[in-house]
Amino acid sequence: MTGGVLVVGASQAGVQLGASLREHGYDGPVTLVGAEPQPPYQRPPLSKAYLGGAADSASLELRDQAFYANRRIDLLPAERVTHIGRGTALTDQGRVLDFDHLALTVGARARRLTVPGSDLTGVCYLRDLADAALLRRHLTRARHVVVVGGGFIGLEVAAVARSDGRSVTVVEAAPRLMARAVAPTVSEFYRHAHARRGTEVLLGAQLTRIDGEHGRVAGVSLADGTRLPADLVVAGVGVVPRTELAEQLGLACDGGIVVDEFARTSDPSIVAAGDCTVMPNPVTGEGRVRLESMPNAIAQARVAAATLIGKARPYADVPWFWSDQYDLKLQIAGVADGYDQVVVRGEPESEAFSALYYRGGELLAVNAVNRTADYLVVRKALASRTPLPADRAAHADVPLKDLLVATPAP
Amino acid sequence: MPTVTFVSIDGSRHTADARVGESVMAAAVRNGVPGIIGECGGNASCATCHVYVGEDFMPLVGPPGDLEDDMLDLAVSDRRPTSRLSCQISVTDALNGLAVETPKEQP
Repeated sequence: MTGGVLVVGASQAGVQLGASLREHGYDGPVTLVGAEPQPPYQRPPLSKAYLGGAADSASLELRDQAFYANRRIDLLPAERVTHIGRGTALTDQGRVLDFDHLALTVGARARRLTVPGSDLTGVCYLRDLADAALLRRHLTRARHVVVVGGGFIGLEVAAVARSDGRSVTVVEAAPRLMARAVAPTVSEFYRHAHARRGTEVLLGAQLTRIDGEHGRVAGVSLADGTRLPADLVVAGVGVVPRTELAEQLGLACDGGIVVDEFARTSDPSIVAAGDCTVMPNPVTGEGRVRLESMPNAIAQARVAAATLIGKARPYADVPWFWSDQYDLKLQIAGVADGYDQVVVRGEPESEAFSALYYRGGELLAVNAVNRTADYLVVRKALASRTPLPADRAAHADVPLKDLLVATPAP
Repeated sequence: MPTVTFVSIDGSRHTADARVGESVMAAAVRNGVPGIIGECGGNASCATCHVYVGEDFMPLVGPPGDLEDDMLDLAVSDRRPTSRLSCQISVTDALNGLAVETPKEQP
């Protein structure tokens, strides 16, 4: 290959970046290279429909082969870029890829456990399809599942395992669940919701060791002396952005590859998008956030593509996320960092409620549980910068959409 | 294999091969049909797969569920009686030949 755009990371962001380049009319070569053996696929269902057996790997494919061919996107799977220099990249297959423009969509890896016993058979992670396939095999035979980490991934896996009839214990080091993503009220709701469905949730619990027999997981030990039986341990303890290539290139990294609102790295000729990046908070503009989500990967990849072809426009999307646990659909819009007020609409006990976050009276975000209408209204309000006054939003019997109409932007 | 045809506002038609059991949205996205984004992957969370179902297929396709109804109310522009989120329409052999219109814009 000669010249053109090299996209490193055949991920959701990588595919979108290539597709967006073509939509913008970019006519040069586009090469999409990725280390995983299969064509690019959707990750969110791995911890949901795929793990539960409702989706197979073929149904996860992002695009048909013809899609890449028709758009002249040269897809190189099973090939890892190991070195990048000025205008040239080298892969582990010994291939040399020349480029005019570089985009990094390399994602993140699952953070590994380091306690003794972490290398036993039956310790699983969930990040890519290979992880999910292995976990699914283990899960069919498991009786006692210990999930380490009470974030989205851990709780989604716990929900699938419990729904499948396993005994499940969630071990979370923090004092509450999903602490990075939701307010204490919502954390507390999920603790109860999991407990009601028979999953044990241990908070403030520190894993000290995984106990084994004949090389296989047999249990776990906690700092307070508790021992739990386990034949499967699933760790969902966060991710580590893949910054190695960016560091090789001398790009600024700070818990991710640092990009601006145009998806430009500290070398403005190189863009990056998706889970590997930290970006300016798109809601407040203050500070940087890492938005680990598919919608962000897509939105940021679009911005990066526009930047590469010289039609730069800033990131303007309202971040959103979702998590499916049992029959509970959690939908999040916005970024709640720095909130000083939470308004709860509806009764958490009814398993349909929402929490709206404000700072100095300004709307920041929503967490909606089985309350899609509230999620959508907040998303719309954030996108159009329409205020939804907290005192009025607190009346749960008034549809939030009425406020959207009644309080136009000043 | 059933086929689904997507008609865009300018009248251009894209026919996609669809697998029985997948959603109409999934068939569109796999095939790169313009006008269907399907950002959330079929989770009824983004409303970027809004379509107008052809009248003759409405009885077979049926009305939206409650959650989808909220989505259509709040998230799409120009909702019509035939509006559906294509991620919530499962492809069956009976739907072979389904034609849907894509809206002017997805949110």
